[in-house]
Amino acid sequence: MGEFKGLWVYSENYDLMLELLAGSCTLIKNSNIELAAVLLGSGMKEKANEAFKYGADKVFLIDNPRLKNFEIKTYLDALTGLVKSNKPEILLIGSTKNGKELASRLAARLETGCTPDCSQLTINEDGWLVTKRIVYSGRAVVTAIFRKKPQIAAVPPRIFEKMEPKEKSGEIVNVEVTVEEPKLEVVGINKMKTADVKIEEAQIVVCGGRGIEKKEDFKSLEELAQLLKGQVGNTRPLAEDRKWFTGWIGLSGKKIKPTLYMGCGISGMIQHVAGMRDSQLVVAINKDPEAAIFEVADYVVVGDLYEIVPAIVEELKKKMKSV
Amino acid sequence: MPKIIVCLKQAIDVSQLRADATGNLVTAGVPRKISDFDKNALEEAIRLKEKIGGEVITVTASAEDAKTSIREALAMGADKGYLICDEAMQNSDTLAISVVLAEAVKKIGQPDIILCGEASIDGFSAQIGPRLAELLDIPVITYARKISLENGFVTAERTLEDSFEMVKTRTPAIVTVTKEINDPRIPSLMAIMKASKKEIVTWKLGDINIPQEKAGEEGSGVRIMDVLAPKVERKKIVVEGENPDDIAERLVKALIQEGVLGR
Repeated sequence: MGEFKGLWVYSENYDLMLELLAGSCTLIKNSNIELAAVLLGSGMKEKANEAFKYGADKVFLIDNPRLKNFEIKTYLDALTGLVKSNKPEILLIGSTKNGKELASRLAARLETGCTPDCSQLTINEDGWLVTKRIVYSGRAVVTAIFRKKPQIAAVPPRIFEKMEPKEKSGEIVNVEVTVEEPKLEVVGINKMKTADVKIEEAQIVVCGGRGIEKKEDFKSLEELAQLLKGQVGNTRPLAEDRKWFTGWIGLSGKKIKPTLYMGCGISGMIQHVAGMRDSQLVVAINKDPEAAIFEVADYVVVGDLYEIVPAIVEELKKKMKSV
Repeated sequence: MPKIIVCLKQAIDVSQLRADATGNLVTAGVPRKISDFDKNALEEAIRLKEKIGGEVITVTASAEDAKTSIREALAMGADKGYLICDEAMQNSDTLAISVVLAEAVKKIGQPDIILCGEASIDGFSAQIGPRLAELLDIPVITYARKISLENGFVTAERTLEDSFEMVKTRTPAIVTVTKEINDPRIPSLMAIMKASKKEIVTWKLGDINIPQEKAGEEGSGVRIMDVLAPKVERKKIVVEGENPDDIAERLVKALIQEGVLGR
């Protein structure tokens, strides 16, 4: 298809870039599209060699002491030059907040389209990229097809799983750039404390019910919520009868519609369900296979929350290490 | 006296969406409103004006009429609204819309600061602010939850995944804001009545010299193929396994594939 060729991946988060490499390998399977990783930074030689083991056929490397710290404008300038002179057909960028800004600005400079937060990618028979993403606050999935090149899509962490490294090498293309002074000055950075957002605004809610025996046992739910960058919620009996909390989720309490709701030890009384039924995806964990909550769940786990929740926490920790 | 431009999108009120029998989402007839985060941007602009003076101008690009939304913005405290409304803008993506907004801003005259929402409530692509910055060749600060404007500099606190970043840049600049920045005011009856006397300027694409092929689907980088409601019916998939670890592994894998983790 014309002068554009190759699929490139870039993320300022190196592990996310390795995930994009894995996803790209599947995407271009049975085609002769070349897969290249773009690495920008300082002292990146070793990582460049490693990228081949994770699926890259080629690495474009801009190694410059001035790129030591990630700064969008300087990285954008470097990336723009690279894309303009080599014309990749598809460019996948890690959909972090900074990554999305980078992708949007790059697309503006190249007068092309960009789809952020993609959860699915395919290439149609004519070589055009087709992406799926959630829109309308979780109420719809939009499928979009590109009509200009290069095709820029941003993909969030954990959509693809990084592959097992294989012994492999390839061509490293070293590129020199001149780096201008950044226009934004970073005055300070503060690490975030545990998200103190309102439960109605949380994207992920881990909710506990009467199956939780002691208030202290909420710790494992809190740990799970924290790992998922979500919030902990509870049912009315835990607030009104046991006096552990002041508020609750339900008809007479707060109504939530998170992307993911995880109910632990919740029977699923209709009053509680009224407060969470608009959740996009529902996971329910309960010992009782007859629990009513299972009727409104997408993923049903019949089991003891005291065993299942810690196991999920461990599994997530394992997964996060790889991101 | 600073000149503040706020980009307002007239978005679909997503809470009122319904799917038809085939699962396609019906957007026709669904109420429209000022996109939530854009309202935060407008509120912040009005607060800046109340503190340091100046003028607040809103700009809206829309294929359909959006005067009711702009009137609401004027009632909240904006001084003047611009609406670029042209049927040729149907099916425009962020590439096409950002070009329209950039040309409109150029015609209105360079402001000291442009405020946008971090993303729109319907499309949620978070691209307009950054794209506009490139087209106008000025700096951009995204995801701001605090802003101050002083002596020709904007300082803002950005909300990143796991940190807050304080950044500073020279004006003119664009800042995109998060909903945490403020609680938008509800205009009083008096303010609503006064707003009816404020001016809304309406332009067609020709008025800002944008050729038809730069707008609509032709001017866009992507085309929407379909917009489907996710299935409302719950899946009721039973996750089974040998032991809790096994179940946890399968569940986490399923959740990753659903795309609900880590947004």
